[in-house]
Amino acid sequence: MTVAEAFTPHTFLDAFGFIHHNASFLLQKTAEHLELSLAALAIALLLALPLGLWLGHRHRGLFLAVSVSSVGRALPSVALIAFGLTIFGVGFWNNTAALVVLAIPPILTNAYFAVDGVDADVVEAARGMGLSEWQILRRIELPLGLPLVVAGIRIAAIFVIATATIAAVAGGGGLGEIIVDQASYGLAGVIAGSLCVSALALLAALLLSLTLRALTPRQGPVS
Amino acid sequence: MIAAGGPVIPNFGQGSACERSNGWFCTDWLHAHWGDTLQPALVQHVWLSALAVGIGFAIAFALALVGFRHRLFDAGIGALADFLYTIPSLALFQLLVPFTGLTVTTVEIALVSYTLLVLYRNMAEGLRGVPADVLEAARGMGLTRTQTFLRVELPLALPAILAGLRIATVSTISVATVAAFVIPEGLGAPIFIALDQNLFKTEIVAAGGLAVALALFADGLLVLGQRAATPWSRA
Repeated sequence: MTVAEAFTPHTFLDAFGFIHHNASFLLQKTAEHLELSLAALAIALLLALPLGLWLGHRHRGLFLAVSVSSVGRALPSVALIAFGLTIFGVGFWNNTAALVVLAIPPILTNAYFAVDGVDADVVEAARGMGLSEWQILRRIELPLGLPLVVAGIRIAAIFVIATATIAAVAGGGGLGEIIVDQASYGLAGVIAGSLCVSALALLAALLLSLTLRALTPRQGPVS
Repeated sequence: MIAAGGPVIPNFGQGSACERSNGWFCTDWLHAHWGDTLQPALVQHVWLSALAVGIGFAIAFALALVGFRHRLFDAGIGALADFLYTIPSLALFQLLVPFTGLTVTTVEIALVSYTLLVLYRNMAEGLRGVPADVLEAARGMGLTRTQTFLRVELPLALPAILAGLRIATVSTISVATVAAFVIPEGLGAPIFIALDQNLFKTEIVAAGGLAVALALFADGLLVLGQRAATPWSRA
């Protein structure tokens, strides 16, 4: 690692120069980053969402939901990435596996509490109307709990994009590759990569916030 | 010691058979390097995390004092904290380096920023959640505004505040491993060394395991504190 470059606020201007001159390269790295993140998020959703929704519907597994969330929060991303590397070796799966493990807890726990917290009277009324358990979950509990479900996905997405950056130390590619390689890209490149990945995370969070807002029922009188 | 290029044949020097074969859990390595590697990293990790949570708590509390009464201020602080929380840790560290260098300050600014969202939200929501008739009763008893805050609002908000403190503490201990990108301190540092030295498994498992254990231990301590501080919530 070169430490020759002086750290000054001026490097921020250089970073914008770097972005300007390497736009297509940065775009390619951003696409890589997005690909890794989306793959991990999709797998985590497939695994955790049905389980969380079902456990919430049955009002079972409170202990599981709570412990998964607290253990998940305690798992250090760096250790997880390194651990994945020792098991799977360098490649797509070491990082994907680590990212999936990090993304599951918020999705699972939020899905559980979203469904578990739906007003019991509403569910009872639906059952009285003759809806099947599946219909209750699909047409009553899921729509009512959706804001909380999406909030969990939002947290998972933030985790995944952040950790995909760290995955670069394990050959994950993406924007992290620029950030951890100051020797090749210089401080300007490191800052540029950091700005890009921050923008990516903020955009993803914003997108999910807007989804959340669109899904949340308006307060107050219905017109 | 940096691994030579090319196909790497693990070579862990003069170590035991377990070390030479890159075992998952070499107890003799743990014995030999607890004192010079793991223990200092653990102590540094505790300090990095405690300092961040302490500073974060103080800032969040000061902000919540204003925020829970003023909607507009609350929305602004909430959005700012959410913004900071969303920036990936490695990126935030690097973005701070031009200003504060490869120092503890850089690490702490980033770690503190991540604690703010949970701490502030829980404090503001907790204080705001005090029922209006309770406040009415306090006023009726002739309590001043300060007395109402200290004797009514703060105790009633305590469970929410402590719940936020638990989440912030556990997350900070976890994120503090990333600090090793900036300074060779904390439990992330042994992991980086292991990554550099042919992926020595025992070191990765030990340092990662210690970080998880520290987080869960801190969480357990805070649960006990929570019980002691809010005896009424057990009834």
